[in-house]
Amino acid sequence: MSSLSAKIKDAFDEPACDKNRGKDAKARKEGCSKSLTPGAAAGGCAFDGAKIVLQPITDVAHLVHAPLACEGNSWDNRGAVSSGPTLWRTSFTTDLTELDLVMGQGERKLFKAIREIKHTYAPPAIFVYSTCVTALIGDDIEAVCKRATEKFGLAVVPINAPGLAGSKNLGNKLAAEALLDHVIGTVEPDDPGPYDINILGEFNLSGEFWLVKPLLDRLGIRVRACIPGDARYRDIASAHRARAAMMVCSTALISLARKMEERWDIPFFEGSFYGISDTSQALRNLVRLLVRKGADPEILERTETLIAQQEAIAWKKLESYRQRLQGKRVLLNTGGVKSWSVVHALMEIGIEIVGTSVKKSTVQDKERIKQVLKHDKHMFESMAARELYAMLSEHRADIMLSGGRTQFIALKAKTPWLDINQERQHPYAGYDGMVELVRQIDLAIHNPIWSQVRQPAPWDCQPDLIGELPCTRNETAYLFDEFACATAHEC
Amino acid sequence: MARILLQSKSAAVNPLKSSQPLGAAFAFLGVDGAMPLFHGSQGCTSFALVLFVRHFKEAIPLQTTAMDEVATILGAADHLEEAILNLKNRTKPKLIGVCTTALVETRGEDCAGDIANVKLKHTQELAGTEVVLANTPDFDGAIEEGWARAVTAMIEGITRSGERARHPKKIAILPGCNLTVADVEHMRDMVESFGLKPVILPDISGSLDGTVPDRWVATTYGGTSVEDIRELGTAMQCIAIGEHMRRPAKALLGLTGVPYVLFQSLTGLQDTDRFVSLLSSISGAAVPARVRRRRAQLQDAMLDGHFHFGGKKIAIAAEPDQLFQLATFFAGLGSEIAAAVTTTDRSKILKKVPAVSVQIGDLGDLESLAVGADLLVTHSHGRQASERLRIPLMRIGFPVFDRLGSQHKLAILYQGTRDLIFEVANIFQANQHAPTPEALDPLRNREISHERCSPPLAGQ
Repeated sequence: MSSLSAKIKDAFDEPACDKNRGKDAKARKEGCSKSLTPGAAAGGCAFDGAKIVLQPITDVAHLVHAPLACEGNSWDNRGAVSSGPTLWRTSFTTDLTELDLVMGQGERKLFKAIREIKHTYAPPAIFVYSTCVTALIGDDIEAVCKRATEKFGLAVVPINAPGLAGSKNLGNKLAAEALLDHVIGTVEPDDPGPYDINILGEFNLSGEFWLVKPLLDRLGIRVRACIPGDARYRDIASAHRARAAMMVCSTALISLARKMEERWDIPFFEGSFYGISDTSQALRNLVRLLVRKGADPEILERTETLIAQQEAIAWKKLESYRQRLQGKRVLLNTGGVKSWSVVHALMEIGIEIVGTSVKKSTVQDKERIKQVLKHDKHMFESMAARELYAMLSEHRADIMLSGGRTQFIALKAKTPWLDINQERQHPYAGYDGMVELVRQIDLAIHNPIWSQVRQPAPWDCQPDLIGELPCTRNETAYLFDEFACATAHEC
Repeated sequence: MARILLQSKSAAVNPLKSSQPLGAAFAFLGVDGAMPLFHGSQGCTSFALVLFVRHFKEAIPLQTTAMDEVATILGAADHLEEAILNLKNRTKPKLIGVCTTALVETRGEDCAGDIANVKLKHTQELAGTEVVLANTPDFDGAIEEGWARAVTAMIEGITRSGERARHPKKIAILPGCNLTVADVEHMRDMVESFGLKPVILPDISGSLDGTVPDRWVATTYGGTSVEDIRELGTAMQCIAIGEHMRRPAKALLGLTGVPYVLFQSLTGLQDTDRFVSLLSSISGAAVPARVRRRRAQLQDAMLDGHFHFGGKKIAIAAEPDQLFQLATFFAGLGSEIAAAVTTTDRSKILKKVPAVSVQIGDLGDLESLAVGADLLVTHSHGRQASERLRIPLMRIGFPVFDRLGSQHKLAILYQGTRDLIFEVANIFQANQHAPTPEALDPLRNREISHERCSPPLAGQ
């Protein structure tokens, strides 16, 4: 069993990662973890990252070995959806107390907890997460899991990614390692077929993978395992018999894709279901890989027919928004969604992109964005809260698309905002998803509250403005808008 | 007197608790210009932050010392120092509230010593910023303890000690963490209506009430001012609300001699009567007409509402003081507390909860105890149990992330009790089941009657 630090080193030496390949040997050795600045850090820890990747596996009991906060403050907080089992939404933690820590009862309590879960819920597997405190006091969760596996006859999988090990991204990678070490390849499927694929890094947020899966069904492609969105333990355990794989969220699970290719000869490509052209390209790449692996080439033509049909429908739907959204200025502030593909579709219907974050984009992505935007000054790595607030309150964008972290910057600047990260309420994948995204942008921008909340209270107006009050509503609103802009500039 | 049943399971199922440092940060957020700082790994902060944001729908200032492996092994004093200086430079807070986590406390770091060193070393740089420490390991206590510890830390660290000249109209009020923004606002109005001047610590009604400022502020804006905390000793009287606020009230008494009165709950007619009488006697003013009017409204609400409460079985899971507040409210209107679950066994209030027993536990315990109940009362995480048991859920406490406006819900004094009666009665009316022949069949009822008569907590 390799040590945690060896695992971490291994996780960061990723030959399939563009950024990593671009570095020289020495820089590569240092890995890509940046040390955090105390008092100026944001984001989750490695445990957070590991749990994000694994928790959507729906029929597994996820047991967090920790004092309360790790699980108690974070459970049932993500938008992944299950089509069946609900056990993943039940929270399990050893909730270690002071006495447990002082008396060294951690391992014993963990073992008992596993037994309780097995007796009460009889899940196909239990995932046990180590955390800062249990790592610090030296609880050997691997030994406990091994013993529990033998004793109870079910898979008890140690997830060794304590928070102090590093960032959320590292946790994603360590979770993938755990799947490779303990899960994938442990069950032989009795029905492997030439059209079996894996989807890696798809979380089924708001059920959005269900916007895509019917397309695959139509083509006769079977998703053997979607990791982790709406997955079952056995699907993942037998994922090694798929013929091809698509990797959706690259920073999270690229090592998983590469190692599955090395071990079981499952070719993969990196793709996205966000945006119309990307969805089409993803379908094409998938069937090409399948054909390469021995599927009947007639599927290629069927795929093109389906793509042509679906694209036409989607563009027709989008066209109806052109009039309402032409010339609207969008600020994209996220790394989560593959920006360039969304950018392309938005620009296609006349929306202007006034800025996009490229924090998580690859070199190719940046090139593509540059070509589409024709201006690299619109690209930024990240923006400070104060700057962002200034930009929005000066109305230099009509809407910001981002994750929850910057939500209140937009709202406090009285600017329309749409969540396109993991807490989002709407599914945006596939052809219909893109239409939904545009519909949501339209709804957000044209909501009648904006003109109302931007108006100052009438008694705060300058005297000459108050004199104007009896005139028609529209003119007053116009004057008030002017006034609101003026005050915003002063601040 | 309720029997306290300790937890016997090893696996907590669906935790009821939020962590102690989160409670401490919550209290610091009720101070103007504050920046709570978690001393631990970045995940500790991130999880608490996300939970706060989901509850309040606000940008929440909360930072981390970002301990990594090296700091965990070699000590994190330099991380703490760097974090404090960074925060001072970047956000210029008036208060940095350090909350320790399980990680530093398991290491056994001398955080108080570390902070004293930082203050000594950087006296000039830190001028104008108070740094206060609350020892709040995650493996002990929950929100209430964290909140009380932070308030105690602020009093001990900031309030000027010694007997001071007392301002006859000034009242120090120490609200518990179960009071919402609306509760605090309403209480202030009530106190002011007697011509008194309340200083409320912490005052979340100023900082977490959801307003739109006209500039970007990195710290809290609004809440108790540091200056007011410093001058608490000039108050005539201190009023603490909730058993967990006894500790800070005692600290204030010991430090300044300001006497305190403790109200375990301000919900219900009798407790409100006591509170109003106290205000009247401190101020020497008669009870204002509109307060009398509110009392009459509550009387009427009780008359109208009690039909819906009588004989109902209520299952409550909440922090100790909130459990007491709600259990006495329901019991006072004729309901039966069929299940009472709470977070820790530390609170003295638990014995007074009007239930046969109080289980220290989680929402898994609530779910098994609540079978056959008419209403679940807990925070948003109770939604899964509510779905499975098909029992309506009344959302209270923290976190409430799937409903808007929980901070603006009033639950204390005459008016809040009145509102609470209406809310519960309306939940019952919305979930009425029409009588069916099967349900009323006398033979069927006879067969299962022995189950119905068994004590609600049988099997424990």
